[in-house]
Amino acid sequence: MAVKLSLANYRTDLHNDWCPGCGDFGILSAIQMALADLQIEPHRVAVFSGIGCSGKTPHYINTYGIHTLHGRALPYAIGAKLANPELTVLIAGGDGDGLGIGVGHFVSAGRRNVDITYVLYDNGVYGLTKGQASPTLQRGLKPKSLPKPNINDAVNPIAIAICSGYTFVARGYAYDTKHLKELIKKGIQHKGSAFIDVLQPCPTYNDIATKEWFGGEDRIDPATKKPIPRVYKMEDEGYDGEVRDPSEAAEKIQAAIMKSFEWGDRIPIGVFYRNPHIPSYEERISSRIPEYLENYPAKQVIMDANNHPTARIEDILNEFRIL
Amino acid sequence: MLTGNMSAAWGARVADVDYVAAYPITPQSEIVETLSKWTSTGELNAKFVNFESEHSMITAAGAASLTGARVFTATSSQGLFYAFEALYTVAGWRAPILLVNVARGVGMPMVLQVEHGDVLAARDSGFLQLHAETCQETLDFILIGYRLAEDRRILLPVMVNMDGFTLSFAREPVEIPDKSQVEDFLPRYSYPRPLTGDEQVAYAPTMTEGVPYTFFKYQMYAASIEAKHVFKQIVRDFSRVFGRGYDVLESFMMDDAEYAVVCSNSYSSIIRAGVKALRRRGVKVGMARLRMIRPFPREELAKALEGVEAVAVFEQNLAPGRGGALYPEIVEALYHMPEKPKAVVPFIGGLGGANIGPEEVAYMVRVCEKAVKTGIVPQHPTLLLREDDWSKLRESLKVSGLPVEKMGVVHHV
Repeated sequence: MAVKLSLANYRTDLHNDWCPGCGDFGILSAIQMALADLQIEPHRVAVFSGIGCSGKTPHYINTYGIHTLHGRALPYAIGAKLANPELTVLIAGGDGDGLGIGVGHFVSAGRRNVDITYVLYDNGVYGLTKGQASPTLQRGLKPKSLPKPNINDAVNPIAIAICSGYTFVARGYAYDTKHLKELIKKGIQHKGSAFIDVLQPCPTYNDIATKEWFGGEDRIDPATKKPIPRVYKMEDEGYDGEVRDPSEAAEKIQAAIMKSFEWGDRIPIGVFYRNPHIPSYEERISSRIPEYLENYPAKQVIMDANNHPTARIEDILNEFRIL
Repeated sequence: MLTGNMSAAWGARVADVDYVAAYPITPQSEIVETLSKWTSTGELNAKFVNFESEHSMITAAGAASLTGARVFTATSSQGLFYAFEALYTVAGWRAPILLVNVARGVGMPMVLQVEHGDVLAARDSGFLQLHAETCQETLDFILIGYRLAEDRRILLPVMVNMDGFTLSFAREPVEIPDKSQVEDFLPRYSYPRPLTGDEQVAYAPTMTEGVPYTFFKYQMYAASIEAKHVFKQIVRDFSRVFGRGYDVLESFMMDDAEYAVVCSNSYSSIIRAGVKALRRRGVKVGMARLRMIRPFPREELAKALEGVEAVAVFEQNLAPGRGGALYPEIVEALYHMPEKPKAVVPFIGGLGGANIGPEEVAYMVRVCEKAVKTGIVPQHPTLLLREDDWSKLRESLKVSGLPVEKMGVVHHV
C-alpha cells in the first residue's frame, strides 16, 4: 500500500454529541485505532449500529456506516457480509439493543459464525432515553433514574455468546483503549463471529458502575496508597481461552463460562474463549456453492449498460419447464 | 400548565389505571417516566413494568387487560411499528387497553418530530382512534377513551393521538379533574369473564376455518361502527360532569363557509388562526377538524361540509403511490352527498415537524377558489413549505448538486 493510513483517515468531521466523559469515546477510538493498525482501507469496512447512543458510532467513523433499526444491526450486517465477504464488518450496539429487543438475532447470529465483529457497548442502562435499566444491570441495583431497584436479573453477555456459538468471545474496558484496540484487532482477524463485551461507564445515568468504581478508587491499598482496580486482565494471570485442539473445546467452554460469572471485586477482561476450528458461515456456503468466495453476490452483474436487468425471466422459467 | 406528556400521565393517573406497560421512546418517554415515578411513590396504585420491546409491551398490556386490570401504555413512531402485530392481536382479543401515541415521523430517514405516518398506519388495526389538538383534549380523551373501550357494546382498544413536540413538550393550561368527578364519569372497569382462574375461558383460539373467522372479524367491525354512537352518549355524560363536550369533529366558522379546511391534531391551531385571519378579510372559510379517525365520522363530515364550494384537505403524512392517507376517506364521505363540493384538494405539510403558518391556509383557499373556477382539481397533493424552509432546502440541494426541480410540486409563500 502506497500511503500508510493513519487514525485521521477513520475520523469524520461530524459534531459528536455524546456526553462528556462517555465510555463511547474510548470504544470509538479503539475501533479507529484497530482499523488503522490493521491498515484496512475505509472503503473496505462497514460499521452497522442499532438504536441508542452507540447507534451514532457509524456517524463518527469514516467507513461505510449503516444506522439500522432498534435491535436489528446484526441481520443487516450479516446480509452485507454474505453479499460481500471481502468486507470487514463491524457492529456497534448497546446492551439494550443487542441483549434486550434484539436478543433473538444475537443468539441466531452465533449459530451461523459469520465472519463479523460485534462490539457491545455495555453500560447497564438505556442512556439515550434517560437511564432505564438495561438487560445487563444486576438485580437489586438502583442507578439514579430508577425509582426502585432493578427487579430483573442481569443476563451474562459472555456466557450467552459462548452458548450461542460465537467463536471469539472477549471483554474489554472502554477506558483501557490500548487493550480494547488489541481485542478488536483480534476479533477482526478471527475467522468467524467475534463478540466483544465492552464495560463502559455512563457518566450521566449509571452512578454505580462508574469509572471510579471500575478503577477501585473506593479501596486504597494501604501499602501503595493506590486504588485497587476491579478490572484486571485475565492473560496477566495465565488464563488462556484459546482452543488449540478441537478435543479441548468443551473444557475451554466450561472454563470460560465459569470465568464469565466472576464479577464485583474482580472483573476479568481479555479473551475468554476462541475456537478457530469451527467453520465460518462463508466456509459452510462455499462447501455448497464452490465459487461463492470468488464470485460472491456483490460481484455479480445485475444490470447491463442500459440499466436493464441481466437476468432473463425466460431462462428462469425454462428451468421449471416440464417436457 | 402541563405538557402534553404530563397531561397524558395525569389522564392515566386520574383514570386510576392498574397496570402500566412501558418501553421508552422519544418523544413519549416522559409519560412513562412520570408514571414510573408515581407508581414508586404510591401516588398511583398501579403495577409498572418496563419491557424489552414494544412488541412485548402491547402483548402484556392486552393480557393484563383480560384479567380485569385497567391498562395504560404509550409509544411513538418506530415503537408503534414494532408493536404492529401485537396491535391486531390485542384488538382481536377485545382487550380494552388505552394507548397514547405521541406522533412522530417514521424512518428512514429518522426524525423525532411530529407526523401522522405512524398513527394512521394503525388505522385498520382494530384500535379506535381519537386525535387531540390540545393538552386538555389529550387528558380528556384518555378518560373518554377508557369509557368507550370498556363499554360492553364495544370492548376494543383505544389509541389517543397527541403530536410529538408540538403537544408532547408544549405547556398549556390544563384542568386536572377531581377524583370524585372522574368516579362519577368513569365506572370501575370490569371485563366480562376475566382471566381470573375462576372459570375456564378460551381467548382468541386459532380458527382453522374461514366462516368462524369471518364471524369474529365482523364482530369487531360492528363494534367499531357502534363506537361512534356510544361515543356521543358518553360525551353527553362527560359534558354533564366536567362542563366540556366534544363531538367526533369540530366545526369552526363553518356556518356560512364557502371553503373549508379539513384537518386534525395540533396543527389545527395554526389552521384556526389562518381561518380567522381570512375571515377578517371577508373570505368565507371554515375548518372541520376530525377528532375521531376510527370509526371514521363519514356522515358528520358530510353534514359539516354541506353547502361548501370547495374543500382543502391538510394532512401530515405522505404515502408513496397514494398521497395523504385520509384524503380518499374524506372524498368517499362526500361522494354520496346530493350536492357535493365542486373540488376536494389534497395538501401535505408539516412532515417531520416542518412548519406551516396562516399564509399556507390562505394559499390552500386560493387553490380551492381556482379549482372551482377552472374545474381542474390537482391530481397530486401539493406540498406546503414555508418560504424560509424552502430557501434552506434549496440551499442544501445546491450544495448537494441536486436540481431544485427534484422537489416537484412545492408551494412556498
